Amino acid sequence: MKRLRLVRRNNESWLVKVAVPILSILLAILVGWIFLVLSGYDAAETYRRMIQGAFGSPYAISETIVKAIPLALTGLAVSVAFRMKLWNIGAEGQLYMGAFAAAGVVMFLGDWPSWLLLSVMLAAGFAAGAIWGLIPGALRAFWNVNETITTLLLNYVAIFWVSYLVFGPWKDPNAMGFPLAPRFPQAAYLPVIPGSRVHIGILVAVAVAVLLYIVMKYTRWGYEVRVTGESPEAARYAGMNVVRNILLVMLVSGGIAGMTGMIEVSGITHRLQQDISASYGYTGIIIAWLARLNPFTVLLVAFLFGALLVGGFGVQTYGIPYAIVLMLQGAVLFFLLAGDIMLKYRLTITRED
Amino acid sequence: MKWRKLGVLLLVLAFAATMVVGCGGSQDTSAPDQTEKEFKVGFIYIGAPGDAGWTYAHDEGRKYLEQQIPGVKTVTLENVPEGADAERSIEQLVQEGCQVVVANSFGYGDPMLEVAKRYPDVTFLHCSGLQTAENVSTYFGRMYQPRYLSGMVAGAMTKNGKIGYAAAYPIPEVIRGINAFTLGVKAVNPDATVKVVWSNTWVDPTLEKQAAQSLIDAGCDVLAQHADTPAVQQAAEDAGIYSIGYNSDMRKFAPNANLTSPVWNWGPYYVRVIQSVIDGTWKSEAYWGGMADGIVDLAPISDKVPTEIVDQVQAKKQEIIQGEWDVFFGPIKAQDGTVKVPEGQALTDEEMLSMDWFVYGVEGTIE
Repeated sequence: MKRLRLVRRNNESWLVKVAVPILSILLAILVGWIFLVLSGYDAAETYRRMIQGAFGSPYAISETIVKAIPLALTGLAVSVAFRMKLWNIGAEGQLYMGAFAAAGVVMFLGDWPSWLLLSVMLAAGFAAGAIWGLIPGALRAFWNVNETITTLLLNYVAIFWVSYLVFGPWKDPNAMGFPLAPRFPQAAYLPVIPGSRVHIGILVAVAVAVLLYIVMKYTRWGYEVRVTGESPEAARYAGMNVVRNILLVMLVSGGIAGMTGMIEVSGITHRLQQDISASYGYTGIIIAWLARLNPFTVLLVAFLFGALLVGGFGVQTYGIPYAIVLMLQGAVLFFLLAGDIMLKYRLTITRED
Repeated sequence: MKWRKLGVLLLVLAFAATMVVGCGGSQDTSAPDQTEKEFKVGFIYIGAPGDAGWTYAHDEGRKYLEQQIPGVKTVTLENVPEGADAERSIEQLVQEGCQVVVANSFGYGDPMLEVAKRYPDVTFLHCSGLQTAENVSTYFGRMYQPRYLSGMVAGAMTKNGKIGYAAAYPIPEVIRGINAFTLGVKAVNPDATVKVVWSNTWVDPTLEKQAAQSLIDAGCDVLAQHADTPAVQQAAEDAGIYSIGYNSDMRKFAPNANLTSPVWNWGPYYVRVIQSVIDGTWKSEAYWGGMADGIVDLAPISDKVPTEIVDQVQAKKQEIIQGEWDVFFGPIKAQDGTVKVPEGQALTDEEMLSMDWFVYGVEGTIE
């Protein structure tokens, strides 16, 4: 009897590393192509518009970057936790708590000078996200409660908390009953590159990536995180403080996600409202995996992902229904993730008796 | 091993080359986007036309616009979230040459005003919005008028006097609709009450159905809805009770349950406004039209409803259209029974637009 088997690759050659993702994307395009043609659309024009919508003009590129900033930050946030095999699915909620804290700062210190106000907002965003990450972190560290479930469930708490605020106590009295918190004063807006929506959050994302790279690679703590991730038993045996590391990792991971929330309300929506995140916390998980948890690759993948979302969304004006857009985007993702498996394993045919 | 690698590489390259050639080839053949005479109008939708409700009604209006003014070409972006993506979507439509951009949800206000500042020559229409600008109009309809009429139908058809209302969010528009509906119910059936549950979503068939089910479980025998999809209608159909639709004529989704639906009719408004933009006579306004304008209406009433009720509803409709009477004319009692609008007085538009209280007969809370 012949059987197909996945066998772990011993080493990944550069060729495979480059060829597999490219091939994955091309396969996705091929599948999408066939689908589009069968549905009666001009596939070539659809993909041309998709690429143009993401990269075709300075404006398109700027919008791709705007989309990439929160994706990169949430990707970085969860990748810190994933390094230690802590499954923080809660970046979405941590983001919302960060946005809430930042908006709270504006509400009470709105008349401070801009640089000071923005700094306090960023710190508050970090702190709120960190606390939201520390709750499941502590439950995991001290009582071994599964953090996948607690982080996920806390997302709903955070999202409903923000909904409660914008429907209730923080509702803008001038919004005639609509669920919006008051608009921020100009001082609470993140500086932007003139003529675009690209805000200073891009520097935060790059700085976080550099910092994480250095910390993970060159510090003792980074080493401990990596070792604990590989084998908690070995880490404990080596005298590493696993409890402390879990708490620290969840603090940093939640804090980065919290900063993302601050950056989105301060740079984009300019007020606290529902739907501040387009599922960035969840998409960040995919980005972290595709980037193999490498901070710089996260930046690159987030940019490409932003392009996929921005360029894909726009082809609707060519008459492509939203459902098909989702399918085209889904195909790219599906093949990339499938390709990732082909990177780690190779398919062989074995004979079994 | 070496050969295999080379094979893979060749395969990838060949594949890539085909794609590039394919894309490149099409670039030459693709026709230019616009001809000179074309007048382009872009639509930003919160949902998809397939929702059979809110966005569907707007999309019918868009099609009507294309039919009525031959030179107009429309493009749409559907499922546009109200957060960070809205501004880019509006900007995209402008950059693709739209001279008018229409957005059909409240949350597009801020981003639309931002984009409008950058493009003073483009006209923006914001449905259900609050804030106008030099080149931004808001528009909406007095849906409370047909809602009142549909309440009369519901009040006449309930057997146990318990009517359920599955509502989206506790915002003035929805509250106004619930109040108008309840006043209609009370006009024909003073003992009936209207029980309200919030689904906290505009478009989510599952949650809408759950909300409907909770009302059925509470013993309601007529359901009304303020939500985008026909899920409530289907729940009523399954339970064998009556229902009142919303947005578009929802009879086909629940042929036995559905009695009538207050409906939107955006087409004539779009035609009138776009024509004025083309003619150069357009001026920014905050438009709030009623049944007299035809922007809101009541769908045909089911033949299950006795003729004397239908006649009563039609008579009331004429009063509204003639401007002799309107829904929020006093006397109106608040939920706790105290007089809110005394006899001889009426609510102003301002008071209706910021309504945050229930009338007598509503069971539920505004949270």
